[in-house]
Amino acid sequence: MNTINLAKADYIKEMLNRNMREDSRALMDFRDISIDTGILKNAEGSAQVDLGNTRVLCGVKLQPEETMKDTPDQGNLVVSAELLPLASKDYESGPPSPDAIELARVVDRGIRAGQCVDLKDLFIEDGKAWTIFVDIYILNFDGNLFDASYMAAMAALSSAWVPKYENDAAVMEERIRKLKVNNIVTPTTFAKIGQKIVLDPDANEEAAMAARLTIAVDKDFIRAMQKGLSGGFTQKEIQDMIDMAFEKHAMLKDYISAAPKE
Amino acid sequence: MANMLNKPELLRGDGKRLDGRDLDELRPLSIKANVLKNAAGSAYAEWGNNKVLAAVYGPKEVVPRHLLNPERAVIKCRYAMAPFSSLSDHGRSGPNRRAIEISKVTKEVFDNVVLLDEFPETAIELSIEILQSDGGTRAAGITTAAVALANAGIPMKDLVYSVSAGKIKDKIILDLNMIEDNYSDADMPVAVSPRTGNMLLLQMDGELTRQEFNLGLETILEAGKQISKIQRQALIDVYE
Repeated sequence: MNTINLAKADYIKEMLNRNMREDSRALMDFRDISIDTGILKNAEGSAQVDLGNTRVLCGVKLQPEETMKDTPDQGNLVVSAELLPLASKDYESGPPSPDAIELARVVDRGIRAGQCVDLKDLFIEDGKAWTIFVDIYILNFDGNLFDASYMAAMAALSSAWVPKYENDAAVMEERIRKLKVNNIVTPTTFAKIGQKIVLDPDANEEAAMAARLTIAVDKDFIRAMQKGLSGGFTQKEIQDMIDMAFEKHAMLKDYISAAPKE
Repeated sequence: MANMLNKPELLRGDGKRLDGRDLDELRPLSIKANVLKNAAGSAYAEWGNNKVLAAVYGPKEVVPRHLLNPERAVIKCRYAMAPFSSLSDHGRSGPNRRAIEISKVTKEVFDNVVLLDEFPETAIELSIEILQSDGGTRAAGITTAAVALANAGIPMKDLVYSVSAGKIKDKIILDLNMIEDNYSDADMPVAVSPRTGNMLLLQMDGELTRQEFNLGLETILEAGKQISKIQRQALIDVYE
């Protein structure tokens, strides 16, 4: 970390000791959230999420593929994430970094564990089923990519259509029905900075954080968790964050479901 | 979670698990430290049917140079499954996406406990090779690597252990094997720094209520006492 970042981190810690944040949010507040869906014509589903200044675009493509040997009655889900060079001075092009791989895998886990997409509904005919490709594109980085990416993926899937399939081929121009989405999983990501914990850290706060925890829930269950970085959390801290994840669920679900549809 | 078509019954009529374990029972765990000649430190563990080898090189020169940190050592971590480690397909060589993620979260665990400030401008290289896998390999890798690091004389604040908890129907289980991992209703690997009680790794997928989460964590903390004991004994054995 360079000197400017160190000074900034100290400043953020000092403020947090007085329960203050740079943008005057309360410790457990999200930044402004705005979600648009159906914004890309060629993708079967799409969404853009603005979480403060973090901007994430998600495109969903469906493609008919051979079914897998061990799941002959269902389709597939493939989630990828790219930290595009245009999103931050610190991102470089090249193969996916461990950060990008972790991000995609954590989002994938929540969608699967929450059984959000009915994979059996993707079955076409013997040996053929749709594969859903969920591509998460980070357009502008200002912290908390996990929550922005989760919401973008959930909103894009919720807005997605299934193309027609006839004579052994997909007719991509003709979309015949909505993709079946059975459950909405909502994310909350927390940062531990000094002895304080904040929800939805921005980039400066992330530079100062020692540990991170993402918790994805639906109404009744914790569906996925992922801790990051070298800092630790106590049992009590984790329990409190889980309570907060459930508390934020209804609000976030409303944002995702109410996103303007095409 | 894998093929749900032929989901097996994971609990027997007598309430025990398929391999005869109680719900909160660990698989047999044995660890041997100092098993490789060239490495600064090493350890080999058999944990149920898992066979794990961990080795440490360094502190040494940092390659590539751009990773160098003038204030502290950097930990480079490789977790990899041998192509012959699983019963199903022959694995592909080279790290896949799963292995890259596990390498990352494992490194972050040890960034917490290793006294990195003592070795500025150096690298500590940690390799975890899964030779035989039967579920819970990331936890086994972390538990084994902690012993290898101690064996290498790397100063640490604590001897970390890791184990997973999970759920079958409404029952919380400890230390999932492969079939349980594939078909259970939740899986939650956790790494703990026993001295502080801090959680250094926490991953979970499936479905858990708040109460189930709490019970899972308690089960892990209780089992941790046994795991810690086995880790310490492995180190004592080297010097006796």
